[in-house]
Amino acid sequence: MKSNLMDGVVKYVVLPLVGAGCVVLLWAVASSSFATSLPSPLKTWEISRPYIVEPFEKRGELDQGILRFTWYSLIRVAKGYSLAILIGTPLGLFLGMSKGFTNTFDPIIQVLRPVSPLAWLPLGLVLFHKPEPAGLFTIAMCSMWPTVMNTALGVRSIPQDYINVARVLKLSAWKTLTKVTIPAALPYMFTGFRLSLGIAWLVIVAAEMLTGAPGVGGFLWQEYNALIYEHIILCILTIGIVGFMLDRVMGLVERRFKAA
Amino acid sequence: MAFIELSGVCKGYGRAGHRTHVLEDVNLSIEKGELVSIVGYSGAGKTTLVALLAGLIFPDKGQVKVGGKVVKGTSSERGVVFQNYSLLPWLSVLENVQLAVDQVFPKRTSAERRAHAMKFVEMVNLGPAAGKRPRELSGGMRQRVSVARALAIEPEVLLLDEPFGALDALTRGVLQGELQRISQESGKTMLLITNDVDEGILLSDRIIPLGAGPRASLGPATVVDIERPRDRKALNHDPRFRATRLGVLEYLLESGKQKRAERDVVDAKRDVTEAPKPELKSQAAASEPVQIAEECL
Repeated sequence: MKSNLMDGVVKYVVLPLVGAGCVVLLWAVASSSFATSLPSPLKTWEISRPYIVEPFEKRGELDQGILRFTWYSLIRVAKGYSLAILIGTPLGLFLGMSKGFTNTFDPIIQVLRPVSPLAWLPLGLVLFHKPEPAGLFTIAMCSMWPTVMNTALGVRSIPQDYINVARVLKLSAWKTLTKVTIPAALPYMFTGFRLSLGIAWLVIVAAEMLTGAPGVGGFLWQEYNALIYEHIILCILTIGIVGFMLDRVMGLVERRFKAA
Repeated sequence: MAFIELSGVCKGYGRAGHRTHVLEDVNLSIEKGELVSIVGYSGAGKTTLVALLAGLIFPDKGQVKVGGKVVKGTSSERGVVFQNYSLLPWLSVLENVQLAVDQVFPKRTSAERRAHAMKFVEMVNLGPAAGKRPRELSGGMRQRVSVARALAIEPEVLLLDEPFGALDALTRGVLQGELQRISQESGKTMLLITNDVDEGILLSDRIIPLGAGPRASLGPATVVDIERPRDRKALNHDPRFRATRLGVLEYLLESGKQKRAERDVVDAKRDVTEAPKPELKSQAAASEPVQIAEECL
């Protein structure tokens, strides 16, 4: 039992710390030798300290604690992501249920899917004239595709047995959808939701950078312009850690649904 | 005119040119209240036959009539018990049954529908498990839920597609007993598809062999003239039972041999002559214990 615990500590605590340490070491070496404009780890910590120890402080519109910025970004992601789910799920259900719908819309979806957020944002600005809805539009446009594709796949993968049951019991279209189709496709749908959330978080940075909205991405871009490079690294780390945590949370939810 | 009538039914799958003809010229008539078994090889088209009667698929040629009307789709007049239970895993036992009830009796109050569903859950002795999910149940219990679901819509006909095929021999025996009881109590018209000749004889009024495929068709029907309730143990020594079993088995083996011979001629140039594997349980020592304690309740 004891050796199991030790194994666990080594596997999940010691080794990951060693990995992170290696990267920090590499960073320190780089900043003190060939990449002199890169701030050293120590300097990054010193400059970032006020933003980390007082994470919710608001000193000015673009001078706020890092978690306060993160919170703004999360709210924005939540809005854009909800939009993506609200549009993407029904779209995926239709694609999965109807061959004709798939033949009609799948090609155009495949064309729109690889378009970068940097391309959608200007269109959003043209459409909505304001940065905020343009950002949401961009997040929704980029992050809905995994939900669409996975929902459609989930519906197509429903075992014929369940479909036969629905037919033999003469379930109405609505009952079939709510009692058979959606529950059967739910594990696939959650995989889609999880991938979509990952993309939404990726897009937020680009959206905020281009619109200058307060948030992690906006802060990053502003600090680049203000030549405070330490804060770029702070932002990168924050974005990474938050993204990782979001994925983990969605992973847990997904597993719960797969087990049920 | 019989309650169920199949006349000259043909059914195949696949595109023209590569079409596999599963059933050919199937004729069958079943009277109201009769329990008929169809026994045949695996893959001979038994499930296709059930799907045709259920209205899930339609014949290429010929006609399927139930109650004098041509079958044009599924109907709550015909309950189906699927081979692999086909319960919805995200619903409890009661919810699975009630799903069917809600659809067929929309005018009743939800309390009435619930009580109705519960009555059938209890009928298959699953009252204490009503709140459980299918994955928490054994195979035998799942199949009972499936039977309850099919019966709860109060169909005119119950179609049973190898209902006990996936169960162990002991559980099978228990459920056969229950089906016998349900059949006698309800007096419903039933069509039982099975690969077990003994099961067919035990439960039915008439047993009909389905020849080997492809192009399978039905053989001569044998009336099982043994008084009910039938006891599996006593049945083994009954000369009528033995004669019936022999007759059905001989027909099936002969038809299998014939189909193999036909295929050998067709495949003479190719080297592939895989024989159909008869999954017929013809051991004389079958059906020992009947008095088994209620299965895991």
